Amino acid sequence: MTEKKIRVLVAKPGLDGHDRGAKVVARALRDAGMEVIYTGLRQTPEMIAEAALQEDVDVVGLSILSGAHMALAPRIVELLQANGQDRVKVFIGGIVPDEDMPRLKEMGITGIYGPGASTEDIIKDIREAMK
Amino acid sequence: MEDLLTRSVLAGNRLALARLLTQVENDSPAGRAALEELFPHTGKAHLIGVTGAPGTGKSSLVNQLALHYRKTDQKKVAVIAVDPSSPFTGGAVLGDRVRMRDLSGNDGVFIRSMASRGSVGGLAQMTAAFTQIFDAAGYEIVIVETVGAGQSEVDVARLAQTTIVVEAPGLGDDIQAIKAGILEIADVLVINKADRPGVEHTERALRSMLALAHPAPRVYRHHGQAMTVITPKVDQGLWIPPIVKTVATDGTGIAEVADSIARHAGHLRVSGEWASRDRARLGSELEAALEQALTRRFFQNIQKEKYNEMVEKVVRRALSPHEAVKVLLNGNSKQETV
Ligand code: B12
Ligand SMILES: Nc1nc2c(ncn2[C@@H]2O[C@H](COP(=O)(O)OP(=O)(O)OP(=O)(O)O)[C@@H](O)[C@H]2O)c(=O)[nH]1
Ligand SMILES: [Mg+2]
Repeated sequence: MTEKKIRVLVAKPGLDGHDRGAKVVARALRDAGMEVIYTGLRQTPEMIAEAALQEDVDVVGLSILSGAHMALAPRIVELLQANGQDRVKVFIGGIVPDEDMPRLKEMGITGIYGPGASTEDIIKDIREAMK
Repeated sequence: MEDLLTRSVLAGNRLALARLLTQVENDSPAGRAALEELFPHTGKAHLIGVTGAPGTGKSSLVNQLALHYRKTDQKKVAVIAVDPSSPFTGGAVLGDRVRMRDLSGNDGVFIRSMASRGSVGGLAQMTAAFTQIFDAAGYEIVIVETVGAGQSEVDVARLAQTTIVVEAPGLGDDIQAIKAGILEIADVLVINKADRPGVEHTERALRSMLALAHPAPRVYRHHGQAMTVITPKVDQGLWIPPIVKTVATDGTGIAEVADSIARHAGHLRVSGEWASRDRARLGSELEAALEQALTRRFFQNIQKEKYNEMVEKVVRRALSPHEAVKVLLNGNSKQETV
């Protein structure tokens, strides 16, 4: 039996065009041996949940620098659950003010990362969450 | 008795389908069992391979084609998009979905990205198994986008009934640059990015290649007999790959591509090649499975020491590998004489 690969969807929900962070993280995860499905910009929560389902990913990584995370993230978590993908771990990166973090964690977001976050930490945390 | 996963897939459950694909990709026992259960349900889909150099617009074309199939005849469409794994880390960034945004929210479409996982051709080892799963799950059209490099054409042409080779202007497109052997496998030639300068040049290059390529070998391949006709009529069973110009970003020429694919399918059926390809493909699958099973059985029945002894003899050049096989298979007397 082949070794199980960690499959990660890296998506950019909403309308902002900041895609550097998403691409940096996608590449870092690839270099850590993961299979990363990159969806590109301007994804609706519905599109992200659908891609997560078809790709049967273990992790959904959202990159949001627009400030709309409190609207987008809960909706995506909700859709994943509605689709029966409640085991999928959700990670968020981008610009998330400290005061929003507790609520995001409460709704089941596994990890949150801001500017300058180390990709090594992200990789470590994803691996940890897969255990 | 089919198990739950298989039954859910046959019933159209998309989550079950996605999970089964993962099981099969990882070659798990559950995945293997499900593949066997699904096999009787296969053989209905039209498999379309899409290959061509990186960046020629394969994904964009697949996006448009799938949209077209949904709009015109509501066919269920599966897309398998293969991208390379890094040979160093085993990881991959699979980016074909970026160009397939238009297909989201469409219940009749299922897109799955696949890393090549060390496979050298343009497909992953389990790509063929994926096509069988989609076929069994009722997807009438299964499109496979290959890694745009290496020996991808040959692999996908063996798997698919119809192979589309995508070219684009501006890729050093003279006759020499267009990969040799492409006419052997292309059933439809697409010149994408027809909005770009240089299309005429690419088209001219392809046409002269087509003209140069003597039709006789193709006739032989399709027909089992040599023919001397230079411009045979369609009903004589010779398929000459049509050249279609497209702009995959806006859909120009897509209906024509779909039409060429349909005509090719018709040609395969009328000429009997659909059935003979199917037979050839399943025949070699059977052969490979048999080989594996026989080898496994052989190793179950032989004593390890006896086998190692034989390896030693081969290493000492006392026996050739071929002779060793003979001895191993019938316990032949030559063993004593060496
Ligand atoms: C570069 C940049 C741009 C570039 C973007 C280029 C591109 N293609 O990405 C350009 C110039 C186009 C741009 C435009 C704008 N920008 Co700007 N931009 C920045 C800037 C300076 C850096 C962003 C960046 O690329 N960082 C480098 C990457 C590697 O870091 P990162 O994205 O943060 O990613 C890291 C982590 O967040 C995390 N991460 C990120 N994604 C993911 C995903 C996952 C799954 C995980 C686990 C982790 C993770 O890991 C990464 C590695 O450490 C930031 C300020 C800042 N310091 O963040 C402003 C900033 C994001 N921009 C901002 C704004 C307002 C804009 C504009 C609206 C400005 C305007 N008025 O026109 C436009 C909007 C454009 C658009 N279409 O959306 C604001 C956003 C404010 C907010 N959210 O409240 C910021 C914060 C600046 C500010 N302080 O005001 N911008
Ligand atoms: N001008 C123009 N650009 C196109 C056309 N089709 C695709 N593109 C662009 O070409 C680039 C590559 O397109 P893809 O569809 O990703 O090509 P691909 O062959 O799938 O690429 P790989 O999978 O990376 O090998 C993208 O920027 C597309 O927008 C076209 O007909 N005209
Ligand atoms: Mg592609």
